Amino acid sequence: MAQAQLPLVDTPLSLPEHPKVWKWYDYFTFNVDHKVIGIQYLVTAFIFYLIGGLMAVAMRTELATANSDFLDPNLYNAFLTNHGTIMIFLWVVPAAIGGFGNYLVPLMIGARDMAFPRLNALAFWLNPPAGALLLASFLFGGAQAGWTSYPPLSTITATTAQSMWILAIVLVGTSSIMGSVNFIVTIWKMKVPSMRWNQLPLFCWAMLATSLLALVSTPVLAAGLILLLFDINFGTSFYKPDAGGNVVIYQHLFWFYSHPAVYLMILPIFGIMSEVIPVHARKPIFGYQAIAYSSLAICCVGLFVWVHHMFTSGTPPWMRMFFTISTLIVAVPTGVKIFSWVATLWGGKIRLNSAMLFAIGLLSMFVLGGLSGVTLGTAPVDIHVHDTYYVVAHFHYVLFGGSVFGLYAGIYHWFPKMTGRLLDERLGILHFVLTFIGTNLTFLPMHELGLKGMPRRVAMYDPQFEPINLICTIGAFVLAFSIIPFLINIIWSWNKGKIAGDNPWGGLSLEWTTSSPPLIENWEVLPVVTKGPYDYGIEQRKESTDEDEDEEE
Amino acid sequence: MQGTVDSQGTAITVENVHEHPDFRVLGLLVFLISESLMFGGLFAAYLLLRGMHEQWPPEGTEVELLVPTINTIILISSSFVIHYGDVAIKKNDVRGMRKWYWITAAMGAVFLGGQIYEYLTLGYGLRTNVFANCFYVMTGFHGLHVFVGILLILGVIWRSRRPGHYNAHKHTGVAMAEIYWHFVDVIWIILFTLLYILTRF
Repeated sequence: MAQAQLPLVDTPLSLPEHPKVWKWYDYFTFNVDHKVIGIQYLVTAFIFYLIGGLMAVAMRTELATANSDFLDPNLYNAFLTNHGTIMIFLWVVPAAIGGFGNYLVPLMIGARDMAFPRLNALAFWLNPPAGALLLASFLFGGAQAGWTSYPPLSTITATTAQSMWILAIVLVGTSSIMGSVNFIVTIWKMKVPSMRWNQLPLFCWAMLATSLLALVSTPVLAAGLILLLFDINFGTSFYKPDAGGNVVIYQHLFWFYSHPAVYLMILPIFGIMSEVIPVHARKPIFGYQAIAYSSLAICCVGLFVWVHHMFTSGTPPWMRMFFTISTLIVAVPTGVKIFSWVATLWGGKIRLNSAMLFAIGLLSMFVLGGLSGVTLGTAPVDIHVHDTYYVVAHFHYVLFGGSVFGLYAGIYHWFPKMTGRLLDERLGILHFVLTFIGTNLTFLPMHELGLKGMPRRVAMYDPQFEPINLICTIGAFVLAFSIIPFLINIIWSWNKGKIAGDNPWGGLSLEWTTSSPPLIENWEVLPVVTKGPYDYGIEQRKESTDEDEDEEE
Repeated sequence: MQGTVDSQGTAITVENVHEHPDFRVLGLLVFLISESLMFGGLFAAYLLLRGMHEQWPPEGTEVELLVPTINTIILISSSFVIHYGDVAIKKNDVRGMRKWYWITAAMGAVFLGGQIYEYLTLGYGLRTNVFANCFYVMTGFHGLHVFVGILLILGVIWRSRRPGHYNAHKHTGVAMAEIYWHFVDVIWIILFTLLYILTRF
């Protein structure tokens, strides 16, 4: 069990011998500082994003024409499986929760570190081996059964690779549970005393909801995967119908985690949005409480919707009814957030920089993805477009247009805090334009493909779908090239970018009160909260509270 | 004065700046919520499989009750025993704590021994049928948790050799081992009910 102390340095106050800027190799060591761990998560996740992205480009190349031979069918299946797995478990979840969560939560609540720093580092270090396991599984043919790994397919194809896949997921799951424990205790117990719950930045509310969700749903997936592991390797028959098992049980256990995983990927992004939008619109956020509580509402309702992934698995009608309704209910708190952000933008002095562009891009894409989600959440439509490209279009709109845009917005927003330097705006805008065009070009036509009936997960298809597929493939290449200005921007700006100063955006949340990059223990003297994190243009609160007296000392 | 969460800059000194209150017990409790959901997943799978079958357990997989019942009594009593250890350390009685923790560890070992004996004498194995699958995976998984619990208890005993490592005011490790042990017990009660008692009706 981790010790609740920081074995870091002896003289933390004057800090003369601590480097203000970390050397690059500092990020490759076992370090317990939450900021280092956050950046470790972000960088590792981004590398996996590139790997998963290359797999996607390879698949799209294969799909450019109806009968191409670019990829061997087994390799196509392996890319299909690992693209999904890597993007979810090793890119969006670790980057959003592990990366931004670890970096920002202590800074935003005025803590010097997470509650369990060593546990935190351990949680990060479970990720690289998990990724290595996934990539090494290609030596054994690669897991072939898709990212859902439904039995019986997963119990009969590439069993060694499938076992490696399971172990990798259990590793990242363990990491996720450790992280959740850490976040819950940190947010709950380590706010500066002057910060009230209704002054907690919305990102922290989102992280709290995310952590609760991960805490209760991840272990259920672990249980399901352990049973699958036994089926594959030890001759049990939990999921083998001919021996008394039942495949649908796997689906229940799998989706009990993997539907909430959607919210694990999007709730932190909602948190990032709630930080980026008011800062760059220079306006108090509209409906602070509504946004905070809607995160918790999504967290609760999100646990009761998993069966909408199983409408075609022989689900009885009453279940379809219940889960259709609960699915549609999730759209309500999500809508509340969207409207709050739009209302925040309304009449704001909007600064149209890269972070804000990505945030607005997210808004537009997520609304589209959300609408196709509502249609998919209703059983009748879902049964019609089941396993077609309509589903692929939907989840890429919410995952790429939602999560990835949000991660980019977060990177552009907090890069100055993390490195002390500004990113180049021209490259940023080029990056945004390419990403936005690429995303829509790739995924918008997929709706059409799906409605026309092209099945997903196939390498060869009916030639009638060829023109639309070609458009998607061109879009995928635009997306792939959109990374280049971003990478150049990150690497160049990290070394030579314009010095940012402590608070380049004029943000009010606590992370902007420390230096950029922050000191080892975040502050020399811990800040005192005198106004809310979004009180732009609002005069300081009346000096009647105890906290303000503290400040006067 | 807690350095980490102190808003008064003057109060932060070199000694306390790295420390914050010990949240390990809280962290363990939050973690155990997660653990219980993992068992919850297994229980749910078991109940669904049970609901699918007319005859449960299938013929040829009769559950033996005598050894498991004795085992259950031992395990549940050990929760009381370990609590005496906690009471002892709160009275600054390290020797008493060590004694009770040794007894708990021994009882845990007896439980595991009983489980192994049961496995060897049952007459069916992991692969026999889907009930046997569930039986071995679930009890085995719980057994693993008992084993971890014993290791935690032995760890506490090992650390308590150092004078003053645990005392009336400083006994987080002791408390954590106890909480974990209680958790393992509670899970066993559910497991015993599902796998042994309910198969008789």
